[in-house]
Amino acid sequence: METLLQQIVNGLVVGSVYALIALGYTMVYGILGLINFAHGDVLMVGALVALEAIRLLQIHAPELGLVPTLLAGLSISVVVCMLLGYTIERTAYRRLRNAPRLAPLITAIGVSFLLQTIAMIIWGRNYHSFPELISTAPLEAVPGVFITPVQIAILMVSAVLMVALVLLVNKTRLGRAMRATAENHKVASLMGVDTNKIIAATFVIGSALAAVAGVMFSANYGTAHYAMGFLPGLKAFTAAVLGGIGNLGGAMLGGLVLGLVESIGAGYIADMSFGFLNSSYQDIFAFIILGIVLIFRPTGLLGERVADRA
Amino acid sequence: MNELALAIPWLGKRNPAAARWVLVLLAVGAPLIAMLFGKSWVRILDFAMLYVMLAIGLNLVVGFAGLLDLGYIAFYAVGAYTFAFLASPHFELHLPFWLVLPLGAVFAALAGIILGLPTLRLRGDYLAIVTLGFGEIVRIFMNNLNHPINITNGPQGINMIDPLVLFGWDISKPLKVGDEITINSLFLYYYVFLACVVLSVVFVQRLQVSRVGRAWAAIRDDELAAKAIGINTRNMKLLAFSLGATFGGVAGGLFAAFQGFVSPESFSLMESIAVLTMIVFGGMGNLAGVIVGALALTALPEVLRHVAVPVQQAVFGHVLLDPEVLRMLLLSLAMIFMMLLRPAGLIPAYSRYSRPELVVGKEAGR
Amino acid sequence: MKYSLVALAVLGLGASAVQAQEVVKLGAVAPLTGTQSHLGKDIENGVRLALEEYNAKGVTLGGKKVKFEVMAEDDAADPKTATTVAQRFVDAGVKGVIGHLNSGASIPASRIYNEGGIPQVSPASTNPKLTQQGFKATFRTIANDVQQGLGIGKYAATSLGKKVAVIDDRTAYGQGLADEVDKAVKASGGTVVTREFTSDKATDFLAILTRIKAKNPDVIVYSGMDAQGGPMLKQIKQLGINAKFITGDGGCTGEIIKLAGEAIGPNAYCTQPGLPLDKMPGGKDFNTRFKKRFNADVQIYAPYAYDAASAIVEAMKAANSSDPAKYAAHLGKVNFPGVIGTVAFDARGDIKDGAVTVYQFKAGKWEPVQ
Repeated sequence: METLLQQIVNGLVVGSVYALIALGYTMVYGILGLINFAHGDVLMVGALVALEAIRLLQIHAPELGLVPTLLAGLSISVVVCMLLGYTIERTAYRRLRNAPRLAPLITAIGVSFLLQTIAMIIWGRNYHSFPELISTAPLEAVPGVFITPVQIAILMVSAVLMVALVLLVNKTRLGRAMRATAENHKVASLMGVDTNKIIAATFVIGSALAAVAGVMFSANYGTAHYAMGFLPGLKAFTAAVLGGIGNLGGAMLGGLVLGLVESIGAGYIADMSFGFLNSSYQDIFAFIILGIVLIFRPTGLLGERVADRA
Repeated sequence: MNELALAIPWLGKRNPAAARWVLVLLAVGAPLIAMLFGKSWVRILDFAMLYVMLAIGLNLVVGFAGLLDLGYIAFYAVGAYTFAFLASPHFELHLPFWLVLPLGAVFAALAGIILGLPTLRLRGDYLAIVTLGFGEIVRIFMNNLNHPINITNGPQGINMIDPLVLFGWDISKPLKVGDEITINSLFLYYYVFLACVVLSVVFVQRLQVSRVGRAWAAIRDDELAAKAIGINTRNMKLLAFSLGATFGGVAGGLFAAFQGFVSPESFSLMESIAVLTMIVFGGMGNLAGVIVGALALTALPEVLRHVAVPVQQAVFGHVLLDPEVLRMLLLSLAMIFMMLLRPAGLIPAYSRYSRPELVVGKEAGR
Repeated sequence: MKYSLVALAVLGLGASAVQAQEVVKLGAVAPLTGTQSHLGKDIENGVRLALEEYNAKGVTLGGKKVKFEVMAEDDAADPKTATTVAQRFVDAGVKGVIGHLNSGASIPASRIYNEGGIPQVSPASTNPKLTQQGFKATFRTIANDVQQGLGIGKYAATSLGKKVAVIDDRTAYGQGLADEVDKAVKASGGTVVTREFTSDKATDFLAILTRIKAKNPDVIVYSGMDAQGGPMLKQIKQLGINAKFITGDGGCTGEIIKLAGEAIGPNAYCTQPGLPLDKMPGGKDFNTRFKKRFNADVQIYAPYAYDAASAIVEAMKAANSSDPAKYAAHLGKVNFPGVIGTVAFDARGDIKDGAVTVYQFKAGKWEPVQ
């Protein structure tokens, strides 16, 4: 029993990181119809910039406590990633809004490679250890089930950010403009919405979320690396599609479902398949679930929330 | 071939006949030219031919039928593993290549249909992510199917695969003509691959202007309208997937025989993306563009590898960026700027049946 | 080369005491760029030192004095590049090759050396398959994964605890090593309570570790690289698992100590094929010579590369010829005291009695046990 509970805790933590990343994908897709392949790499930049900032702070301002250092590092990386998100949109994507559909996809892949390469030049190819600013010492919540303070922080931060984002999109002027732009660029601009500004804002917000996710990811696992964004990016994108891309609630649901499926799947597949399959198939659960869901619900669990497009 | 000849700068438009001859000479003489720089370049040329085949196959799916496939390398893997299973000591089978290669193509085509059937209803980007998942699933299965029964030999891969033997003649051994001349096996492989490429080009060119090709173009440009004029979109899409996969399967089989060793590492998502990049880079939907794209993107990294270190040593006195990093840097910049400046690729599609700008129409409106 | 021969011939006429010298080129190949470049350079330098010492001593083959030269190439740890480089060696007519580092590069390249009739001695590739292909002139001077897996499995089951959980990263290296560990644990009277799998790109191991925890093993064997091993140690601690941890040479690095941070302790062990430098018969002396010549420290592979090059030269001496067709047969029969111990190969081409050393984490670094 405690094993199952532990697997659920594991799954929820991973899932909430996926969900946070998935939000960035889904926002951009909802508004531009573009798979922003570079999103995972913005996450990587977020983690590495935070790491660098924290290192410098620890040298030059050692009197700062652990949590303030982490918060400072996080803020710096959020700002850097917002700038990065804006730059990417402005230079690589904006000109391609009317280009053939595959062109921006290829550019996105190019931006993803470029970010990785630059990160490799700056930070080298080695894995870096991320300082332990929030404790990773286990707390025994229920006998036999462990959770660490970092994991608790991840769950809380994700929940707060998701609620904030939903409020932003549904309750503010900016949110309304974003929804209008997602429905139809032309009509929105006729209604006096500066769509260019809105799209840029979407990228900036998405990148900020990615930066937070990156820092949480690194703080949890204790490592950062120039290629660390790829796999979580891919999983999060899968999560976004699973939930119904373009749909904020869908991204969160998709992320959590994916986290739980992976964790419980890896834990029990060997028993369920009588030893035929085993945990080496952990990475395909995401895709199998995705395939099954899309066959029965071609627009994801919660459906696509944007105007239909062929 | 015509399109490729016309694409030769300057000469192509002035004297198409001469351009055609230049092209034939280039194709036949390429390994001799490569030889001037060393045999390793002939090997690179051989790999380039395989990528050309892959690009032609993927172009059928993405460029002609407009179905975005991010897991194309899976079919290459199916072809390669079929060859490895049936012609290596792994299962103690040594079937001849004229049986194994077509079987690989058939299995790949079947895999294409298996992928196509459930995904028929999916549109654009949903299709992209499901095909991506399919590619990963195939790779992960190949990496793990050594337990409980050893089928693929897992991450160790399959070694000692039989070389191509054409009518009792092993082309992995140098060919002796008389006493004086010996032709290296790399050359022989090149001409075999070239023959496959030429056959593919002829086939695809005929296909493009046939009923099927026109039906694909119609589906790509407007699926609803295509349905309305009586095209069986389901069958046509399945046909696109399976035909595209066939090319991947054949290329995979040739790869296995050429390299003598297959392992799951060779069939990663990055390879799928590389092939897609080749066709977009060259000009999607255009056969000539696709071929040029594949050749350019296979050669570029290798050229960089050989040029980067000496040049940096000469200019800066030491190596600032190792060639691997430089290659990634230039490749990513090329991808970005190519799309910004020439979104339709190096040689954009211009024929009546390949106009990717039409695909744009809908999305661009938003 | 021709010119130097002519030049020497002219000199020879002038002073008839000087014998004509023949240049024998040997290839040294390893990743000289990228993450493993320091290890690649280590190999190149090992070869260089060996050949320079032979040149200083003077070697005569077939009545002619020979001078050895190194042709160093970079395989970038990439299989495709490795085959291209191998082709270049064959084209250049080198008489033997010392390399490659990575098994993934060595195996496809060995096929080309075999076709080109050039003997290959790897100082670092540990995948058993390299010498199981039936090639007559493929050798290695380092213990292979079978020998290492045996070492890990035996040590785990006899010294650390009977119930063993095995995790591998599904790479050719990780899986190959784990299979050998599995066999060795069973042969030593232990039980493998579960085998779990991850990938070389993973960061989250909680799901499989939770599963392992439920099986309550005494020791967890991880067969993979340090970049995954570090976070794994953290997560083992996170889940409150008290089992001991042992990993192979992929995790036997300083990196894993940095990445695991406070989660690594005396419960952690690792193994390395071969002996630590100061335990090698010729280790101390070699270290001094190496440092004097290159002003650099021995990383890991230099002694193995040095002995690989020596093995080739010794075989040439035995055959009294530098012709690969003639000396290859003698390579399997060499038996001489090298830096790493007695250099002799078994029927397959693996080093005889390849040693494996177990290390334990103590006071911030890996210390050899025993």
